[in-house]
Amino acid sequence: MKRALITLCAVAAVASLQSCKMKTADSVVSGDAASRVYVAPGKYDEFYNFVSGGFSGNVTVYGLPSGRLIKTIPVFSVFPENGYGYSEETKAMLNTTNGKVDWDDQHHLELSQTNGKQDGRWLFANANNTPRVARIDLTNFRTQEILQIPNSAGNHSSPFTTENTEYVVAGTRFSVPLGDADVPISSFKKNFKSTASFISVDKNSGHMKIAFQIVLPGMNLDLSHAGKGPSHDWFFFSCYNTEQAYTMLEVNASQKDKDFIVAVNWKKAEEYAKSGKGHIVPASYAHNTFDENTQKASTVMEKDVLTLDPKDCPDMIYMIPCPKSPHGADVDPTGEYIVGSGKLAALIPVFSFDKIQTAIKNKSFEGDFYGIPVIKYEAALHGEVKKPGLGPLHTEFDGKGNAYTSMFLSSEVVKWRLSDLQVLDRAPTYYSVGHIMIPGGDTREPSGKYLVAYDKITKDRYLPTGPELCQSAQLYDITGDKMQLLLDFPTTGEPHYGQGLPASMIKDKQVKYFDINKNHNEFVSMGEKKTKVVRTGNRVDVYMTAIRSHLTPDNIEGVFVGDEVYFHVTNLEQDWDIPHGFAIKNSPSVDLLIMPGETQSIKFSPVKQGIYPFYCTDFCSALHQEMSGYLRVSPKGANVPLKFGSGVIAPETAAK
Amino acid sequence: MKKLTKSGKISIIAVIVLLVSLWLFPMWQIDLRAPQYPGGLSMKIWINDVKGDVDIINGLNHYIGMSTIHKRDFPEFVFLPTTLLIFMMLGMVVLFLNKKVGYYLWAGAFTFIAIFSFYDFYKWEYNYGHNLDPAAPIKVPGMSYQPPLFGYKKLLNFEVLSQPDIAGWCYICAGVILVAATIYEWKKSVTP
Repeated sequence: MKRALITLCAVAAVASLQSCKMKTADSVVSGDAASRVYVAPGKYDEFYNFVSGGFSGNVTVYGLPSGRLIKTIPVFSVFPENGYGYSEETKAMLNTTNGKVDWDDQHHLELSQTNGKQDGRWLFANANNTPRVARIDLTNFRTQEILQIPNSAGNHSSPFTTENTEYVVAGTRFSVPLGDADVPISSFKKNFKSTASFISVDKNSGHMKIAFQIVLPGMNLDLSHAGKGPSHDWFFFSCYNTEQAYTMLEVNASQKDKDFIVAVNWKKAEEYAKSGKGHIVPASYAHNTFDENTQKASTVMEKDVLTLDPKDCPDMIYMIPCPKSPHGADVDPTGEYIVGSGKLAALIPVFSFDKIQTAIKNKSFEGDFYGIPVIKYEAALHGEVKKPGLGPLHTEFDGKGNAYTSMFLSSEVVKWRLSDLQVLDRAPTYYSVGHIMIPGGDTREPSGKYLVAYDKITKDRYLPTGPELCQSAQLYDITGDKMQLLLDFPTTGEPHYGQGLPASMIKDKQVKYFDINKNHNEFVSMGEKKTKVVRTGNRVDVYMTAIRSHLTPDNIEGVFVGDEVYFHVTNLEQDWDIPHGFAIKNSPSVDLLIMPGETQSIKFSPVKQGIYPFYCTDFCSALHQEMSGYLRVSPKGANVPLKFGSGVIAPETAAK
Repeated sequence: MKKLTKSGKISIIAVIVLLVSLWLFPMWQIDLRAPQYPGGLSMKIWINDVKGDVDIINGLNHYIGMSTIHKRDFPEFVFLPTTLLIFMMLGMVVLFLNKKVGYYLWAGAFTFIAIFSFYDFYKWEYNYGHNLDPAAPIKVPGMSYQPPLFGYKKLLNFEVLSQPDIAGWCYICAGVILVAATIYEWKKSVTP
């Protein structure tokens, strides 16, 4: 009997151990989540979600709510898939003052706005490593312009825009000396500066120009957002390392209880810039644009930049103390509340634009930082969200008076109310969420339907793939009182931030093909009869056309080892979704992917004699496999005349 | 010689007005649909032109060796408008002469033009569908590609629908009016 009792107790103990096993990520999805993210075949998603590509250097586009990847837009990195950065037409897009830089770290995205609302025209993207800002056209999903930012390193608080896209900003994360000064690192306080660049955007063409650059004390500008409505004239940047450490920042830049939110009155700055308070200083930076007419990118090297020193410009900048190492500086849809997120703080400070204005009027300052007035914390504060979670990073809004803040350390999204700062709900993320995104969540009109969390770590979310795992995004329904996790979907690169807009805003504006009659590429072949091969010294230009299902010419002879052969391929198709590819054997760079009505060129320098097949790389039709030809490469000095053609090989017709 | 009734005269104006639509709207449409063309392809035949997705259709036709469609290859685009202009002018003459006989002849001419143009259209479709390039990459034994004169037909992976467009319906209307008015005029003359 006693023995039986012991056995029973043991069984009970094991059972109870089982029951208090720690919680896992299993079964967190409740209800009929699948049907809410299911987009049936033949149906479209409701939203476009543009996601920053992090260290992949490009931008990816997903459909929401399905989470399906629908496009990769190459921006700051060469992209073998379509020849971006390899073709003669697009190489110049990646030019910088350090030569062609083929990679970058793409952090944040911002859609253009009119009256504080999305207007579906452009998407701006920043490059963190070689500071650059790009503009992508939303009618063709292509990078149209890239502007390098001088006097900056770590272009992190970028590319956020003002309400009418008057300006896109670019703020320095790593302070550096202006120009290329060679100074001791230990002279940080004296020589290192951070800059906030205001890039003006032409209302019609979208063309970007650095209008002015505000030179700030050396510190790390982190994120930013523009004011809205009443705070329209202002821009808010968060910063850390006001300790001005230059080594072991982990410890040395985490000493102060409070860093700052830098409030910039950009309207005032604009006036100062126009009234000659600035200094034009030498600066060299590349400005690359893609011309739709000639279908070619070109680079202009800019020579100077207008800088504004806060000392010369009173009332332009104020500092607002913000605990502790703030990341996000996010403005709610009414423009009244500015949410700071101290990533090392245990609370979320919310500032009031009204109170900031009153504090400035009453000079409620607690001192200055390198001459810039520091507003008293309490005087600017609307209130603090108490115990929201650990590691608040970034806040978006639903337009219904609620804010959602990502918590990096405690891996969750916390919903709270702006008016009384009460926490309303919290939902776990898997894992370590960075930015979050609600379509329109940083504008005056958030959609308030979905929230996407971009997570840093994905252990246990997908089938394992060796040591390197993909990144993950998670979709939440935020229409009810409680957030509901609906979907995990994998993402590439390390997505930092995203933007989303209703598909209906841009879906019907998409360019389907380029009008070949408007093709002013200097190497276009307007029809097969215009194809030719032209030799000029050791340069050979092949003017080629592609149409289902042949290339013209498809036989070329009389090319020699050491020649520089340029293939200029014009896609004669005038129908949607009929690109042709072009690749040649042993091409050291990449292939081309030529859209209907477009011409693209690739350089090929054969190093060995032989026969080089070339072919279409995009399965274009039933006769795609037959869409090929041959280039004969003869030894240097061989007696082989230039011949080319399709069907009939013309001898030497175009030899010069 | 008997004179036209008032209704007869009005019918002449109505027919001419309806025929004017031929210069304003397409008269025939051939719609094609296939999985790879979810939006469909459409060819619009006008009295003096062929428009719509002709280039795309031409591009597809080369697989099966059909000859490509070009406006310049159609003498019809010259003689059909000329014939119909003359026909419309004759209508004015009939109206002016105000004789039933003239009306009968005029209606007869229309019937002839209508039958002839349908026959011509059929012949055109037959030629395009049957005269295939012997070197065509795709050959399906026993297959020809003549589109339907009127109605629906499945041609390989394409569904083809051939039907009148706005001006075509106006043209048919004109025919109906002519026939009806002829019968009406005839009855009026035999039953005084």
